[in-house]
Amino acid sequence: MEITTRDLVTVLHGMGFGALFMLAFSGAIAELYRGVVPGRPGRQQTLLVAYLISMVVLAWLTVLSGAYIVYPWYRAVPPAGVTDLSEYPRRLLLSSGRTSEWHNVGMEWKEHVSWIAPIAITMVAYVTLKYRGAISRPPQMRTAALGFTVAAFVATGVAGAFGAFLNKYAPVRGGSVIVLMNGEK
Amino acid sequence: MSGTRPDLPNGAAAAAILAAGIGCGTLGVLAFAGDASETVGRLLNFYNPTGTLSGVTTVAIVVWALAWSALNRLWRTRNVALGGVNAAAFAFLIVGFLLTFPPFIDLLQGG
Repeated sequence: MEITTRDLVTVLHGMGFGALFMLAFSGAIAELYRGVVPGRPGRQQTLLVAYLISMVVLAWLTVLSGAYIVYPWYRAVPPAGVTDLSEYPRRLLLSSGRTSEWHNVGMEWKEHVSWIAPIAITMVAYVTLKYRGAISRPPQMRTAALGFTVAAFVATGVAGAFGAFLNKYAPVRGGSVIVLMNGEK
Repeated sequence: MSGTRPDLPNGAAAAAILAAGIGCGTLGVLAFAGDASETVGRLLNFYNPTGTLSGVTTVAIVVWALAWSALNRLWRTRNVALGGVNAAAFAFLIVGFLLTFPPFIDLLQGG
């Protein structure tokens, strides 16, 4: 059982940071919807704040690892004369009209829209941390927090879904091989 | 730390909310500009392996941080009409979503 370093980093970007961030949304939306209610024990509100801060860290790790580690591998230009494009995902997708829109729509949208998530969730965490129970009085503050949380969820969903499809049609490959386990045969 | 903070002016929240909207809107405008103009695209190429995306996101984050800092300085000790702030922030957010969506960008460019 082997994995390449690029595969490993891509999995860490998508499944480690991105998927964990995505999974955290249901809890955050439910807690914000319940309103960080005044009178709830301070410990519960502290837990929500810790939860949101973890989401902020995951969101930034996801976009930074994507843009500065995985994306350069994705858009690498093959040397002249190379015909096997399997290690050049962008060029591989653009080489056929049957796959080019996965790049032109999918990656072009994913690479930009995903950055909405960390900006939005950072604001939500800050407002929740600063105002705690007062976030729902007046309700507009909670409306903004919920709205931007949903926006972050949608942006992450778009990026995650296209990331999964892109990795199916043109996976990021290469790098050194890490042997995880030796089989019997 | 107290569980509720009813006496805290809402200005700091308003600043954070509007700045987040401005950051998202800026991201969209720069993504569009980088796609529509080769010159802008080249100017936004801060780090060659990542290409134009590096400049689009860096500038958007800087604009977001500056907007947040300036608005916070203006509003932190005041109560602000949050309805208007929310409307503006959500409008910027929609701009951010639309201008990062390639078919919409193509539509604007007549493609």
